[in-house]
Amino acid sequence: MKEHLFEYLLRLGDDSLILGHRVSEWCGHGPILEEDIALTNISLDLIGQATSLLKYAGEVEGKGRDEDQLAFLRLEHDYKNCLLVEQLNGDFGMTIMRQFLFDAYRLPLFEALIHSSDSQLAAIAEKSLKETKYHYRHSAEWVIRLGDGTEESHERIQKAVNSLFKYHVDLFFTNHVDDALLKEGIVPEMKAIHNKWMESVKNVFSEATLEIPSNNWEQSGGRLGRHSEHLGLLLAEMQYMQRAYPNMEW
Amino acid sequence: MVKESQIWNWLESVSDPEVPVLSVVDLGVVRKVEVSESGTKITITPTYSGCPAMQVIEEDIRRKLLQEGLSNLEVVTALSPAWTTDWLSENGRRKLKEYGIAPPENEVDKSLLFSKPIVVPCPNCNSKETKMVSEFGSTACKAHYQCLSCKEPFDYFKCLR
Repeated sequence: MKEHLFEYLLRLGDDSLILGHRVSEWCGHGPILEEDIALTNISLDLIGQATSLLKYAGEVEGKGRDEDQLAFLRLEHDYKNCLLVEQLNGDFGMTIMRQFLFDAYRLPLFEALIHSSDSQLAAIAEKSLKETKYHYRHSAEWVIRLGDGTEESHERIQKAVNSLFKYHVDLFFTNHVDDALLKEGIVPEMKAIHNKWMESVKNVFSEATLEIPSNNWEQSGGRLGRHSEHLGLLLAEMQYMQRAYPNMEW
Repeated sequence: MVKESQIWNWLESVSDPEVPVLSVVDLGVVRKVEVSESGTKITITPTYSGCPAMQVIEEDIRRKLLQEGLSNLEVVTALSPAWTTDWLSENGRRKLKEYGIAPPENEVDKSLLFSKPIVVPCPNCNSKETKMVSEFGSTACKAHYQCLSCKEPFDYFKCLR
């Protein structure tokens, strides 16, 4: 059970870490000052969640690795984040669509994980849920504003949907890890989370006058450590200091 | 053995590094003080997961209590129950307003999208004619507002429940 919980915590923790890093790339580049601050705040929440999740993952693993070692000293294939979160920022529409598809998944997931039979995971979910509600509101409102906005904004955010939608199946990937944890009451049934996600997406897209791509190409593999080329480049930057100056602190 | 109430008194002088007008007790991040023969244990909880002040708060608490002569000190972080602005003391709310930050209105809009921003009176002129500029402000715990009467921008310590 221990290795399954470790694996599951890596998925959650790596999602937060990699998306947190991606969103932080907007710092100083936001389209307006308020958005720059909003994106940076969201990034900070995500990195905070990653800290709690990876710290706990290290404790569960029991090999003496702490959250920093897990965040900065693993190789690409050991990261279990979904493919969606490692995708490039692109324009503001692309960043917002990636965030929305993710928040719409995280919100019902954390709502369910509050009832986990694992008390530490439940505590992290309780803490993170409050933040995720703010994130969801922010990204969903922007999706509606941009989708039902000008011709240009509509076109751009629809392009983001077309480009990112294929990664959504990766969010709902399950294997023997989930089966084992589900039996213990540690994680919820993924099917229910998927349904809630679909409902949010349909509601928000309908208000935003956006369409789900008719082409049903699907791309997954992130949970198994099979990533797009973008992750390696992200890690090269994120891990640079610890690789170049092992154990450095500041 | 030092009394628990004495320790709470000492902690009153440890300020929040981001909103220095508040003490860590006002802010509600100190959850428990336990004194026993073997030492003192302080339990703290973060306001937001990524709050960069937590490490500083932990160090400041440690420094203060060591200065007061305590030894065998343990400071632990607990995530549950999750912090809420309901734990902000009355004293803390008053100090926030005097400092120019609007204290949390005890109200959270339950609607998920396009909620009507709650009315936050201006901490400078008390006008209720204010508008939310952004739900995200200078720190994770604050939103950015502007007063439509005196035109001053101000921070709102947002309600978290």
